Amino acid sequence: MNWNKKDLLGLEELSKEELEHILATAESFKEVSTREIKKVPALRGKTVVNLFYEPSTRTRVSFEVAAKRLSADVINIATETSSVKKGETLIDTGRNIQALKADIIVMRHNYSGAAVMLARHVDISVVNAGDGWHEHPTQALLDIFTLKEKLGRIEGLQVAIVGDIAHSRVARSNIWGLTKLGAEVTVCAPKILIPPGIEEMGAKVSLNINEALKNADAVNVLRMQFERDELNAFPKQLEYFKEFGITKERLKEAKKGIVVMHPGPINRGVEMSSEVADGANSVILEQVTNGIAVRMAVLFLVAQARDINANTH
Amino acid sequence: MQILIKGGRVVDPANNIDGIFDILVENSKIAKVAKNIKDEAKLVIDAADKIVLPGLVDMHVHLREPGREDKETVESGTMAAARGGVTTLLAMPNTFPAIDSAENVSLLKEIIKNSAKVNVLICGAISRQRLGKELTDIAGLRSAGVVVISDDGSSVDDQALLLEALKKANQEDVLVSSHCEDKSLSGNGVVNRGFNATRLGLRGISKESEYLRVERDIELAEKSGTRMHIAHVSCSESVEIIAKAKKKGVKVTSEAAPHHFALNEEAVLGYDTNMKMNPPLRSKQDVEAIKKGLKSGVIDAIASDHAPHTENEKDIEFDRAEFGVIGLETELSVAITELVEKDVLDWKKLVEKMSYNPAKILGIAKGALGVGSDADIVIIDPSKEWLVKKEDFLSKSKNSAFIGKKLKGVVEYTFCSGKIIYKAKE
Repeated sequence: MNWNKKDLLGLEELSKEELEHILATAESFKEVSTREIKKVPALRGKTVVNLFYEPSTRTRVSFEVAAKRLSADVINIATETSSVKKGETLIDTGRNIQALKADIIVMRHNYSGAAVMLARHVDISVVNAGDGWHEHPTQALLDIFTLKEKLGRIEGLQVAIVGDIAHSRVARSNIWGLTKLGAEVTVCAPKILIPPGIEEMGAKVSLNINEALKNADAVNVLRMQFERDELNAFPKQLEYFKEFGITKERLKEAKKGIVVMHPGPINRGVEMSSEVADGANSVILEQVTNGIAVRMAVLFLVAQARDINANTH
Repeated sequence: MQILIKGGRVVDPANNIDGIFDILVENSKIAKVAKNIKDEAKLVIDAADKIVLPGLVDMHVHLREPGREDKETVESGTMAAARGGVTTLLAMPNTFPAIDSAENVSLLKEIIKNSAKVNVLICGAISRQRLGKELTDIAGLRSAGVVVISDDGSSVDDQALLLEALKKANQEDVLVSSHCEDKSLSGNGVVNRGFNATRLGLRGISKESEYLRVERDIELAEKSGTRMHIAHVSCSESVEIIAKAKKKGVKVTSEAAPHHFALNEEAVLGYDTNMKMNPPLRSKQDVEAIKKGLKSGVIDAIASDHAPHTENEKDIEFDRAEFGVIGLETELSVAITELVEKDVLDWKKLVEKMSYNPAKILGIAKGALGVGSDADIVIIDPSKEWLVKKEDFLSKSKNSAFIGKKLKGVVEYTFCSGKIIYKAKE
């Protein structure tokens, strides 16, 4: 297929074919990281700007490694949102980066929709590295890539997503991506963390972890952030662990080869026990490795789309 | 000076008229309404195939002056009104300073005297600085010229304070207009709560935050025997509550804004901040309920809730952008497009909602084209379509939810007290 999107803003707007195309492209890039010289010239001469308005180490580093393995030049801009309030608007920042003749902006932002807005105002590519509670497309893509690698398919799989669904961009992107590819998704959390209308996105809802795990081929465990105001009503970490934590005992009741994922960083003993995190079902570190391949694919595709668009105009 | 408007379809529910008539304007008043007027006139306007309406009365407008002249001024806002066919408007009190004292009313009156192009009525605040803590001097506001009081933009949380305000308003015969929102329920929400908010990852504003407050405020109005007006009704439950209250005989009236019957929450997909307003765009079912409410008469008036904001306040992240949209220049055409063209209202009913009823609610002698009435007249071409363009707005701010939309019905002339205050470009 011909990829023609200059931006990757979310998985909601992608078709099944487009999702499959990214995954196939990622597959071909995965091998690069196993070479002795871990580099291809695909993005030589291109400049990738990592624009991070929210502290993030793993996503930023993963994008940086991905860009460098494609031979792009990488610039990191980390900025606190508090200073943004007084300073430059997002649109101005984007236009300035464009004026530097950068090719791709990879942006993490704490407000939902920020990447969508930025993409409307610049001609260069925008890759959403997580915006508010909205989407985190590359995380979901690497989750799906890992799952497919482990289980050979996505179609027909039962996937449970457990944790703070309401405030999770990872959950939203996973729901869009997985359901488009034919998986069945069940979200599981205390009621207060289930956002209204989530069923209309194509997910089932369960308030009971054992029920959610029962037929699951995979479980994606989200990081719990207890510092949120909304969680004040909810009993603290130990209680959460007791009711929703993924433990060895709970996995014994689940399907035998259930795949356990986590976008990291893990709160050991809160969302899952250390035994599970380090256990045989866990693919958490493989997710990190696959993240490079998936992000290489995304950077490559959006840059290529922009080159093609530029040549045809 | 005499002006003769010839051969237009005159729609004037106040005088139960809908037909082809000539209108003769003498000085600032309507002198004759009849077939084939033969009088000499300095200016004769051929209104064949046009519709002639009483000037619109918009009872919910934020003119921003004093204090936020970067967003709008009395002059720019009333020029925008003239372009939209609005000849009388109610200026809301959330200015800086707020219109919470006789002195501030005088200050605003002076600005209006010097720069307004249309009739501007003044809404005073219920509480000082609109903080909901201490009542304003309602009698003082009334004698300074205020006709309505409201803490618009905020709801009065303190029931005792609102009850006190209602009692005073009753004594002074001032209308209380209520912005119904329980902040403890709407919180930091920015769009309608539900599936769309969830898929956008934005905080929701529940319908309960509106209708529970509508219920409470109507109860207090009933208790105090005071008439009350419910501003910007946006959801089906509010319509039902108002319908019940009216049936019961409570003296309550209500208004809806054009965006609440023309657009639903799906317009927010894409994070266009010109679709961010409070109350938010609701579901399709709510839009239908608003239309039904307009048709049945539960909703008495259409009011723009014209809320200008600068581009700096709108072209930012959705969460940080200001709530509100401008509406004066599009409300009539939006209403024609969505209500008349779609057979929700006929022309007579439309004029009731946009002119006659709001005039009645405000207790002013407007909204009619009878002999002796003020010559506030709008002539429109009902069949002409126009494209809403940002650069054409006369308002200082451009934050319209209808940019890029095609609308039916073009205002050709607007007269205020017999003077042409707006004429469309050829």
